[in-house]
Amino acid sequence: MSGSTDNRKNGTPVMRAENLGITFGGLHAVSGFDMEMYEGELIGLIGPNGAGKTTVFNLLTGVYQPTEGNFYLHGKSMLGKKPHQMAKEGIARTFQNIRLFKDLSVLENVKVAFNQSMSYSMLEGILRLPRYWKEEEEIERKAKEILAVFHMEGEVDQKAKNLPYGRQRKLEIARAIATGAKILLLDEPAAGMNPTETAELMETITLIRTRFGVSILLIEHDMSLVMSICERIVVIDYGQIIASGSPYEVANDPKVIGAYLGQDE
Amino acid sequence: MKRTLSKTSINGFINYGIVIAAFLILQLLMAQGMISNTLKSLLVPVCCYIVMAISLNLTVGILGELSLGHAGFMSLGAFSGIVAAMAMQEFSPVPRLIAAILVGSIAGALGGVLVGVPVLRLQGDYLAIVTLAFGEIIRNIIVVLYVGLDQKGIHITTNSAGPALEEGGIMVIKGPMGAVGVPKLASFTAGFVLILITLFVVQNLVNSRAGRAIMALRDNRIAAESVGIHVTKYKLMAFVISAALAGAAGALFGLNYSSTVSSKFGFNTSILILVFVVLGGLGSIRGSIISAALLYILPEMLRGFEFITKARMLIYAVILIAVMLTINNPALKSLLEERDLSLGGLLGKLKNGGRAKKGGAGQ
Ligand SMILES: Nc1ncnc2c1ncn2[C@@H]1O[C@H](COP(=O)(O)OP(=O)(O)OP(=O)(O)O)[C@@H](O)[C@H]1O
Ligand SMILES: [Mg+2]
Repeated sequence: MSGSTDNRKNGTPVMRAENLGITFGGLHAVSGFDMEMYEGELIGLIGPNGAGKTTVFNLLTGVYQPTEGNFYLHGKSMLGKKPHQMAKEGIARTFQNIRLFKDLSVLENVKVAFNQSMSYSMLEGILRLPRYWKEEEEIERKAKEILAVFHMEGEVDQKAKNLPYGRQRKLEIARAIATGAKILLLDEPAAGMNPTETAELMETITLIRTRFGVSILLIEHDMSLVMSICERIVVIDYGQIIASGSPYEVANDPKVIGAYLGQDE
Repeated sequence: MKRTLSKTSINGFINYGIVIAAFLILQLLMAQGMISNTLKSLLVPVCCYIVMAISLNLTVGILGELSLGHAGFMSLGAFSGIVAAMAMQEFSPVPRLIAAILVGSIAGALGGVLVGVPVLRLQGDYLAIVTLAFGEIIRNIIVVLYVGLDQKGIHITTNSAGPALEEGGIMVIKGPMGAVGVPKLASFTAGFVLILITLFVVQNLVNSRAGRAIMALRDNRIAAESVGIHVTKYKLMAFVISAALAGAAGALFGLNYSSTVSSKFGFNTSILILVFVVLGGLGSIRGSIISAALLYILPEMLRGFEFITKARMLIYAVILIAVMLTINNPALKSLLEERDLSLGGLLGKLKNGGRAKKGGAGQ
């Protein structure tokens, strides 16, 4: 894949997938997936239902192990890493079906994600030794800072499950950021939102990109929406990349039009 | 350093307050001679059962894994604690009791590791089945165990003739007769202190990063992993602490009677403790304390009525089923959720073995 966009910087890509693929008992859910992501990029990943978008995310986060190919973060192979290790490597995600810690408060949801950056031991926590107080205070502040970016500072003590839908989606993004990840994978963050909520969300996404210095891979069904905020778009269908490039290039690609109209082959 | 009080830590302080108040009131009543001997004899076991309920709540309510063999860890603690106490004849009662409780908690923890390491890495309802089997295995092993002490140390055999002991040696565990000649070192004060320690450990754990991680993986394992939570590590942590506390309670329990048989710690006891936890509310420490205290003392006080003694387990089973059914009733469930009584949601989890409901892996 050699798209022609200007914002690619020199040096190693933050993420690179090489011929990545997975087979589920004969079904090639994803195959030959090649892509590179450079620092600060916002890339759209689109494709019809069942194209394999979520599967790509599951591969990149260690939920599934690829049956072919490999992928690299900052040039380092990630083959064989488990999901919790991928979070340490700096990749975090949201889920197509919201997955919050529903009985925990909004603040606790975000605090959980700081776990890997904390170092006091279980015993220090039980005995509440100085390191406990120091680190707890620090993440309390940091978690509130992140929530403020999402305008959720007023809801810190609410249980996650009691939040309105749109807020839950935002909380998931806030939680992903709190891991300290430099690469965010957002799986249909606007699904189920009304147009106002969606517009607001897209603003937030562009904001967090600069505010937290993250590179984002965004799955979205709504073409027009992706077109408006992504510099580069990758289109997959039946598990394979059928087009990639600028929104304009992609929108005018006959294969893409075909896939979206359902006229395959 | 600013140490703000969160809602949860205030809740924790209230729990200490309730326990301390109850202890002081009972001490006062005892000094006035206003407490019957029956009730007096229940004070230590009630403390043990409160510790059992709080510790099981850590596994079932806070970690979200079903355990049906909690009494097995109590049993390990009881018999190892008894052996430790009897091996320390020359010491005074308090250090003996403390050492026995420590030994009991270590034995419980080791049992927890033994069960937890292979099982907790699996997803699904395996823990319930394995803990159930574990409890029964422990019970059956102790029934055939003969343990004696002499100058040379501990002698263990399954031979019903018992181990050959030197002059002055004593038998501690005599197979089906259980532990005999046990020094009654337990006291109400010791039980009270053990409850406070249990509260301290569990509540502080819950309010630390480990506790958040444990509750996060209960609520959504896949999401917890995605933010860097090592699932097996935290599951094991909660489960082993829970088992260690059960072991400690077991040691205290064992040292409250001059003899103890392993059938005291069978499946019925595990279910009894589970009933305390479920009725007290999954995840609610205060609920566990109150329901364990009430549900343990009430039937004991009614022992005069033969029907209740005989039908006790039946009544518990019916209560447990009734609670499950009402709470899974959609209409009631939504009512409970509205009132923010999260018991329902957690019970649903219990049934699903803690699996998240929606979607496949990573959807
Ligand atoms: N664990 C699995 N086992 C078997 N098949 C799977 C598994 N995960 C995904 N698939 C299949 O892989 C294909 C791609 O699914 P995926 O969820 O990645 O699609 P998607 O592009 O995210 O679709 P949608 O837009 O509906 O979310 C589908 O045919 C799906 O049934
Ligand atoms: Mg999908």
